[in-house]
Amino acid sequence: MNSATSSAGTTGEVVLLVGTLKGAFLVWSDASRREWRIDGPHFPGESVYALAVDQRGGRRRTLAATRSFHWGSVLRSSDDFGKTWTEPDSHNVKFPDGLDASLVQIWQILPGRESEPDVIYAGVEPAALFESRDTGKSWNLVRGLYDNPDRPRWQPGGGGLCLHTIVIDPNDSKRMGIAVSSAGFYRTDDGGKNWRARNVGVRAQFLPDQYPEFGQCVHKVVNHPSRPERLFLQNHWGLYRSDDWGDSWIDIANGVPSDFGFSMQMHPHDPETVYIIPIESDQFRCVPEAKLRVYRTSNAGASWEPLTNGLPQKDAYETILRDALTADSFDSAGVYFGTRSGKLFGSSDNGDNWMEIAGGLPSIVCVKSAVVAPLTS
Amino acid sequence: MPITVEIPAPLRSHSRGRATVTIDTSQQPCTSVRDVLAVMARDYPRVVDSVMTEQRELRPHVNVFVDNENTRYTEGLDTLTPNDSTVTILAAISGG
Repeated sequence: MNSATSSAGTTGEVVLLVGTLKGAFLVWSDASRREWRIDGPHFPGESVYALAVDQRGGRRRTLAATRSFHWGSVLRSSDDFGKTWTEPDSHNVKFPDGLDASLVQIWQILPGRESEPDVIYAGVEPAALFESRDTGKSWNLVRGLYDNPDRPRWQPGGGGLCLHTIVIDPNDSKRMGIAVSSAGFYRTDDGGKNWRARNVGVRAQFLPDQYPEFGQCVHKVVNHPSRPERLFLQNHWGLYRSDDWGDSWIDIANGVPSDFGFSMQMHPHDPETVYIIPIESDQFRCVPEAKLRVYRTSNAGASWEPLTNGLPQKDAYETILRDALTADSFDSAGVYFGTRSGKLFGSSDNGDNWMEIAGGLPSIVCVKSAVVAPLTS
Repeated sequence: MPITVEIPAPLRSHSRGRATVTIDTSQQPCTSVRDVLAVMARDYPRVVDSVMTEQRELRPHVNVFVDNENTRYTEGLDTLTPNDSTVTILAAISGG
């Protein structure tokens, strides 16, 4: 599944973690996924760009990156699905003294490998990677990436200079990748000491040299734990696959209405199946032809099919951002996405049929999911 | 010779509910806003983290006044804090 999705189990209840510009919502259903209950807003008035559930090590912890427009960003957690949240005594993710960087926002939270149940990663703006080795009690800047000699030439995208994507190799604790807008995809093979740009074949349409070593505006990268070396990449113009952990990329925009987009999600059980939601262009960031269509490939990008049953196909001027598409881990996978206009859609049958779960939420920037054992009150 | 620090409502959960904090400058000398915040950080680190970035710069949408003067138009965090002055922390008129 998408490494940026924390979900576990194939039985139980499903919770959608919905981050918006005005707070977070926890949206619950049983395995049928027909009726939904909305709990929230949590952190009203604060934007929540990153959420995760961590069920490793016997925990059942929700992690939330909250940002006050005035007072800064904090990572909070809950062990009771939002009945109570931690309030850290001080800001817990911060750059060391003496650097020229101050935290703007946490863009991604990723619980690490099953073999390292206390490790959590956070991707932030300005672009940097933080690591916790004590379940989030303390955080350290990954200096190997921060000190990468390319870094001074990274340029901010429309959302700022943010590290928004983290993909891990579940079988190799030394290997992981990150994506930065706009720097591209970087990989480490030595546990974070050294990082190298891996963007060969990925287009940078907005630069005179359209195939630079780095500087691409990668919007999202996903991989599947059963085949982690195969990566799928949604670029700022361009849809790609790599079969060698990013050493090379091939264009897989075969039959999509636009290869511009933000969101991308791996199927939880099938390493050949990926979901995207194309956007018309960087100049008009709405779905093409005002038809809300999720596209699915079941052959690793050789072809894509539109999924439209239950989705509006007229006057749907919707935008879906990079972390607003997710999937659960039920056998018949649930697929979910949220829009900037505050609508939350879901499918309980791998994307074949859709329903509107909620409308009128604040602008949605993040949707994650987890299947959890039934809660006892 | 006290200095009074006024805490805005959104930050009072980080000041144990206190709307004001009094610093006794005979015990803890403070000559500037930066000094005041350094003293505050001992007991209320989250309040100070909310006012300043980790590089000790005033957050862009926070204002600190010494009496009625906005420190953005004086010496910033180096603005002097005379005895008996009041340091007021406020959210700027901004938001989304």
